[in-house]
Amino acid sequence: MKAIFGYPKSLQSRTTHYCPGCTHGVIHRLVAESIDELGLRERTVAVAPVGCSVLAYNYFNCDSFEASHGRAPAVATGAKRCRPDLIVFTYQGDGDLASIGMAEIVHAANRGEKITVIFVNNAIYGMTGGQMAPTTLPGQVTSTSPFGRDTELAGWPIRVAELLATLRGKAYIARVAAHTPLLTIKAKAAIRRAFDLQRRDECFTFVEVLSTCPTNWGMTPNEATEWLERNMMPYYRLGVLKEPGDFVPYSVERG
Amino acid sequence: MAKVLMKGNEAIGEAAIRAGCRNFFGYPITPQSEVPEYLSRRFPEVGGTYVQAESEVAAINMLYGGAGVGKRVLTTSSSPGISLMSEGISYIAACELPVVLVNIVRGGPGLGGILPAQSDYHQATRGIGHGDFRLLVLAPASVQEAVNLIYEAFDLADRYRNPVLILGDGMIGQMMEPVEFPPMRPLDSLPEKPWAATGMKDRPQNVINSLYLNEHELNAHNFKLKAKYDQVAREQVRFETWRCDGDLDVLVVAFGTMARIVKTALADFNAAGGRGGVFRPITLWPYPHEQLRETARRAKKVLVIEMNTGQMIDDVRMALGPDREVGFFGRTGGVVPTPDDVLAAIGEVTGKGAAR
Repeated sequence: MKAIFGYPKSLQSRTTHYCPGCTHGVIHRLVAESIDELGLRERTVAVAPVGCSVLAYNYFNCDSFEASHGRAPAVATGAKRCRPDLIVFTYQGDGDLASIGMAEIVHAANRGEKITVIFVNNAIYGMTGGQMAPTTLPGQVTSTSPFGRDTELAGWPIRVAELLATLRGKAYIARVAAHTPLLTIKAKAAIRRAFDLQRRDECFTFVEVLSTCPTNWGMTPNEATEWLERNMMPYYRLGVLKEPGDFVPYSVERG
Repeated sequence: MAKVLMKGNEAIGEAAIRAGCRNFFGYPITPQSEVPEYLSRRFPEVGGTYVQAESEVAAINMLYGGAGVGKRVLTTSSSPGISLMSEGISYIAACELPVVLVNIVRGGPGLGGILPAQSDYHQATRGIGHGDFRLLVLAPASVQEAVNLIYEAFDLADRYRNPVLILGDGMIGQMMEPVEFPPMRPLDSLPEKPWAATGMKDRPQNVINSLYLNEHELNAHNFKLKAKYDQVAREQVRFETWRCDGDLDVLVVAFGTMARIVKTALADFNAAGGRGGVFRPITLWPYPHEQLRETARRAKKVLVIEMNTGQMIDDVRMALGPDREVGFFGRTGGVVPTPDDVLAAIGEVTGKGAAR
C-alpha cells in the first residue's frame, strides 16, 4: 500500500491552540508542505511574530525564532545576512506586520532581503481580543471600533501587498486566500513559489493570505467565510501583484 | 604589530573585525557614525556584511537574528539610539544571545546634545530594558583600552551568552590616539554554538525564544539568569587604582575619560604635597564594590567625579555604606571638566588648595 497523504515533516505532530474555523492551521500546513516538497526543512529557520501565531515555533518542525512585536523582518534580515545559506521565513499577522512592524516590512522589502514573508490578514487583532487593526474594514465593528471603523478618525485599511508592490526592486508579491479548496490550492502554489524563489536566491518574497477570525468577528466559521468573501475579497483583491520578471534594470529604465 | 594613529570610532570597528565579527547592523547617529562608515568600507576587504538598518529598533532586532544563527555581531549607537534598542536588548538578554553593543554617550536627556557625557550610567548598569537582567558593562578610558575591551567583549559575550556593552563617550569616539591592534582572530577558532538556530539536521529543534507563559518556568528562567549574573560578578570585576598606595588625603572615583582628566589634576595636587589617588572601575557592571571599599579605607575623603549630575555615586555609596561621606563634582551636557575644575573640587573637599 502506498501512502498518498500524510503529516508534513515540517509540522510538529501536536494540537494547535488556534480557534475552530481559523485558517492558521491550513496556512501552517501549506508552508510546511512547501518546505517539505522543496527539501528545505533542514536548513530552514522560522521567525514567529507576536500575535495569534506567537507559538508557531511549537508547530513548525524547524529551528525558529520568536521575534518582538513587528520586528520579524528585521530578525529575518539579521539571520539571512549572517547565514545566506539558510532559508528564512517570517510568519506574521496584520497587527504585527501592518501596524507596529510597518517600518521593518517596508525596509526589508526595499532592501530586497531574500527572505519569505507569510502575512496572515484577518482584519483584526486576534490574540489581544479583537481590537481594530490597520486592516480592519470601514464600518467593521471591533472592540476598539464599537460603532464600526470610521475612516475619518482611523483612516482606511492598508493594502500592504499593493504598497510593497510599488517599491522599485525585484520581488514576488501575491495575495491569496485559504478558505475554499480551490483557493487553498492556489495559495499553496504561491507559497511554494515564494520559497522556491528564495531557494534560488532570487528576491524578496511576500505572500499575503486572507484569513478568517470567527471568534473575534463574532461569527460561526461558515458565516466568517461568507463575510471574508463578501467584504474582504472586494477590498483586498487576490492575485500576483509583482513577479521578479517585472523588474526593470536601472540601465533599461534610463534608456 | 606597529602602532597606528586612529580615531576611536574607527579603531572600535577594526577591533571588532580582529575579534571575528563580520556582521554589523546599525544606524547613523552622532558621535558614533564613524563606526558604520569605517565598517561599510572595511568589511568588503574581509568578507563582512554591513547592513544599514532603517532604525535602531530594526538594528537591534537584526542583531538578535544574527546572534541567533550563531555569528559574532556588533551594533554601535549613541544615547537616544540605545534607548530605542532597549526592548530588543531585553529580548537578547532573555534569550541569552551573545552580542556586543557600543554606546558612544552624548549629552541627554531627550535629544540632548552631541558632545561627550556620562549620563547613561544608570541606563547601562541597571539593565537598560524591561525585566530582570544585566549586561556586562565595560568603560574604556583610552582608544587603546577601547580596542582591547571590544576584542575581549566578544569572548565574554560568548562565554556567558550575554550581551556586553562598551560604554564610551564622545571623547573616546572622536579623539585620535596611537593604538596597537590584537591579531586577526581566525574565524574557525571561534567557539561552537550548538544552541543556535542553524537548521535542524540530526538534532532536536533549537528555538530562540523569551516567551514563558508558565509562571513557574519563567521564575526558574529568571533565577537561572541570576545565577549567571552572580557568576559574572565573581569572575569579571575589573578596576584600576592609580597612586592609591598608603594613606590618601583624597580618593577620587571616576570612570572612562573622566578618570584621565582626574589623573592630570591629581598629578599637580600630589606635586604640591597632597596625596590623592584614583579608583577607576573598568567594569561598571559588575561594579567593584568590595575593592572600592578596601581602597577607600585609607582615604580621608572620597570624591566622585562624573560627567553627569551624579549616577555612579549610587554605586559608590552602596560600596561605602551610609556612614561614609561622599563628595561629588559633575558637569553635564558636553561640558567636560578641566583639570583646574577638578583641582578646585578636590581643594574644596580636602581643604588643600592646589592651584595649577
